[in-house]
Amino acid sequence: MDKKRLLKKLFYAGITIFFVLVFNYFLFRVLPGDIISMVSRNAKTTPEMIANLTQLYGLDLPLYEQFFVYLKNLFQGDLGTSFLYKKPVTAVLAGKILPTVILLGIAEIIAIIVGIIFGIVSAYKRGKKLDAGLLSTSLLLYSMPTFWLGMILILIFCVNLHWFPIGGMVTPGKIFITTWGEINDVVRHMVLPVACMALGMIGEYAITMRSTMIDVLSEDYITTAKAKGFSNPYILRKHALPNAMLPMITLIAINLGLIVGGAIQIETVFSWPGLGNLMYTALSGRDYPLLQGLFLLITITVILANVISDILYEFADPRVHS
Amino acid sequence: MNSVKMELRKRKIKEFAHQVRVNKMAFVGSLTLGFFILVAIFGPILVPFDVMKFGLATEMLMPPSSQHILGTDDMGRDVLAYLISGARVSLMVGALATLLSMGIGTLIGIVAGYKGKVIDNVLMRITDFFLVIPWLPLMMVLAAILGTSIWNIILVIGITSWAGTARIVRAQTLSVREQQFVERTVSLGAGSIHIMIHHILPNVFPLIFANTVLIAAAAITSETTLSFLGLGDPSHASWGMMLHYAFETGATSAGAYWYFLPPGLCVVAVVLAFTLMGYAFDEILNPKLKER
Repeated sequence: MDKKRLLKKLFYAGITIFFVLVFNYFLFRVLPGDIISMVSRNAKTTPEMIANLTQLYGLDLPLYEQFFVYLKNLFQGDLGTSFLYKKPVTAVLAGKILPTVILLGIAEIIAIIVGIIFGIVSAYKRGKKLDAGLLSTSLLLYSMPTFWLGMILILIFCVNLHWFPIGGMVTPGKIFITTWGEINDVVRHMVLPVACMALGMIGEYAITMRSTMIDVLSEDYITTAKAKGFSNPYILRKHALPNAMLPMITLIAINLGLIVGGAIQIETVFSWPGLGNLMYTALSGRDYPLLQGLFLLITITVILANVISDILYEFADPRVHS
Repeated sequence: MNSVKMELRKRKIKEFAHQVRVNKMAFVGSLTLGFFILVAIFGPILVPFDVMKFGLATEMLMPPSSQHILGTDDMGRDVLAYLISGARVSLMVGALATLLSMGIGTLIGIVAGYKGKVIDNVLMRITDFFLVIPWLPLMMVLAAILGTSIWNIILVIGITSWAGTARIVRAQTLSVREQQFVERTVSLGAGSIHIMIHHILPNVFPLIFANTVLIAAAAITSETTLSFLGLGDPSHASWGMMLHYAFETGATSAGAYWYFLPPGLCVVAVVLAFTLMGYAFDEILNPKLKER
């Protein structure tokens, strides 16, 4: 890819991130009154705290200067102090990143693999019973609110069958003799949230893969390949699949924002100690600094991930090079 | 001239209605949706229970019986009655949010496509912004700040979900703008607002029809999710609010399936109906897809 396009993409991403920062600033400072009135809603606020905050955020300065103070604090990694945890927001966030990354990473990989297989089989058996079955399963999964799917899984596998623990990441208070025992415990806690997350995504991946695969299979070069006498699995692997994968890359990138939404729901239902659950906690306690920090972290991560996938797409699709 | 146009439009609508009947997906979808709309309109009149009346302590979280077909919730309220009154709230929020979202999306798409240049560039950057930022955190933050009322929920869903529509409308506007009849109208001295409303909008409309139905599905899901996360309006009991109360009071771990399964099933049925209709409309209105 040439440098100009790359720079342009990075520039646009920079603008979007700047938008987010401005948006975030106005949302939390200007819209509901200033930060003082927000803090004052909390009964535990003391006059000293208010004086401190006024100084920290430069609330006695004109509005545009306040914005620069906000940017300065941000770049120094200061997102304020959480009302609920009484700790810096950055410290609270740092402890919750890993569980979310583990949950999303594993679920995403499973969903992509299963979704692609479902889609290929569906497209290949188009109009047959298997296709109808897979397609309706996918549509059903796609229409379900993710948190509700989680509630059903809990009902079946935790309450009725007692196969898995109901929530959390480790059994509270349990002392592990071996590392293996601890890993085993975490895995047992992880099965349902990961399955729920993956099931929520599989539907859309399968439907998209099916329709692009059908598109590709009706192309002339597939007919040509057949006429040349190649076997069906060979054509599928070497001619159809590489071309059908391109829209999937885009979809996976677009879905990143959606997956975050899914994580908030699933972590809430399964009390998984990650960023999503933290967002629910921050929301219930109206912990505005924490909510704002989470919003910034999640949004900027998704924007950056989109840029990266955009660049990867150009490498994957030789037509874009020219 | 005008009567010929009207006649043509009538014939097109008739043809469309015929195809909806023939197309299995569209038929099942509209039948399901019709059922829920009827329930939303007439249901509350037919229900023998007062939804807001709490039951006795002995009636709390009772499994289905002959007296309460779907059992009772943690307050001793009849789940079926609750479910029926929830239909009205959920469908209304979905419809109004969709209307708002389509309005914003169409306006921005047409103006960006028709005006072009700087206006297009600025509007498309804003669209990209809304397209790329994760919708649920954005909605949660907005709803938390605006406060929990049913109108805020509608507003929040509306202003976070229009970006896709704007893109589609803009692309279509760009192609319509280049057509000769627009050029002729311009040379006759028509203003740009007149052209956008009378010439571009009617040509863009068929394209956004399928999109509208899919937005409606997303709006219903969004309302359910926001309410579940505690951002719903406590005085308007939607299906999402039911699920919120069920989760908060531990109905899941208590195994009270009759409390949280029905509202979820209703959401799935409505969303599925919209999705089926969306796909079917796309197939009917988009002749390219039909051959496949």
